[in-house]
Amino acid sequence: MTVRTRVIPCLDVANGRVVKGVNFIDLRDAGDPVEQARVYDAAGADELCFLDITATHEARGTILDVVRRTAEVCFMPVTVGGGVRSPDDARALLLAGADKVAVNSAAVARPEVVADIADRFGSQCVVGSVDARMVAPGRWEIFTHGGRKPTGIDAVEHAIRLAKLGAGELLVTSMDGDGTKAGYDLALTRTIADAVSIPVIASGGVGTLQHLVEGVIEGHASAVLAASIFHFGQHTVAEAHQALAAAGVPVRTG
Amino acid sequence: MSALALIDYGAGNLHSVYNALRKAGADDVVITGDPDVVAKADRIVLPGVGAFRACRDALVAIPGMVDAMNDAVHRRGMPFLGVCVGMQLLADAGEEFGRHDGLGWIPGTVRLIEPADPTVKVPHMGWNDVILQGTPPLLVSGEAYFLHSYHFEAADPAHVAAVTVHGGPLVAAVARDTVIGCQFHPEKSQSYGLSFLSRFLEWRP
Repeated sequence: MTVRTRVIPCLDVANGRVVKGVNFIDLRDAGDPVEQARVYDAAGADELCFLDITATHEARGTILDVVRRTAEVCFMPVTVGGGVRSPDDARALLLAGADKVAVNSAAVARPEVVADIADRFGSQCVVGSVDARMVAPGRWEIFTHGGRKPTGIDAVEHAIRLAKLGAGELLVTSMDGDGTKAGYDLALTRTIADAVSIPVIASGGVGTLQHLVEGVIEGHASAVLAASIFHFGQHTVAEAHQALAAAGVPVRTG
Repeated sequence: MSALALIDYGAGNLHSVYNALRKAGADDVVITGDPDVVAKADRIVLPGVGAFRACRDALVAIPGMVDAMNDAVHRRGMPFLGVCVGMQLLADAGEEFGRHDGLGWIPGTVRLIEPADPTVKVPHMGWNDVILQGTPPLLVSGEAYFLHSYHFEAADPAHVAAVTVHGGPLVAAVARDTVIGCQFHPEKSQSYGLSFLSRFLEWRP
């Protein structure tokens, strides 16, 4: 076979606590990201993503403790995004046990931060986040502040630039689709995936298993990220794998 | 269980490898940057992620470390495991940001993955097959997690313990005498990786 398409549950974490997460009754503490990570580890998730949405600077360190405790009990790849502004931020997360760090608004303000991190720790650990909204048919723009603030930066050009600067992967999130359950922005995902030689993770808008399949078949993504369809027990990771396999997409069997 | 030296030279996956070794059953893992500890260890693990040159430079920057590794492995015959860039360092040289000498324990060169098919993505990132070549030690067929842009081109096929396929065959593991190296990350490969580490802990080559 070939490298498997990855299914990646994403957990939003604020002040060291899960904002919305799996609500299984056997969890001792459903708000603990480590407990959630254990559930996904046992469920056969291919990777896990923590998105740190902690608002205050003072509470930033809480994600390090989450990553450290996760790495003690979960033996799966973990990506951490949110608040990564410098190589030192990246280093702290990598030493705590993260495998990859996603750089978001810092790379909008100064894309070279991607090169700074890649040069020190390798491209394989730098994920470039591309948060975009469609502004005209076939044209997307980078938005910040949770999709509220336009930047005037063309999303596809930004994605290509991050790849050239040494990002090892791109996390492409449709801010139009995020939270809508209407599916990925397939044109956005495909346009970027076809323009770069690094893997692309499709993100934003998953409401059904078919959306995951579309992200790969039509969006040309190497990995599919989703939150609520897993967290609220609508589907399991195994069901996601089965749906992808049924569509002829290579997935993990073990 | 005898003392296992996990070499600390600043590699980013040090603690993940430590956690996985503990989970795999190691009860006496010493994280160390001290050549004297490595020289006396009964088992050695060299982690590593990132760039070949940065890792090589960090390793040789520790006075006496490479000599200690050589002493333990090649004079006393202790089992040795290299993980990811820790495996790539076993080669004669790496061609990442210029050509740089490796340890030269397993003849070969570390080169950029350059697939002929432009739709094959680099880095090679994700779960992929571990396909055994012959009957290598410790390894079983299965799926493991890979994360790399460079790969080990072994000069002697006899040292290739396993391959994976990503736009063509890539070396997934090398082995020679008491030395084994894996390109995949056992510390991130869930039960497949932990069972591999368990077997390494019991290895009596």
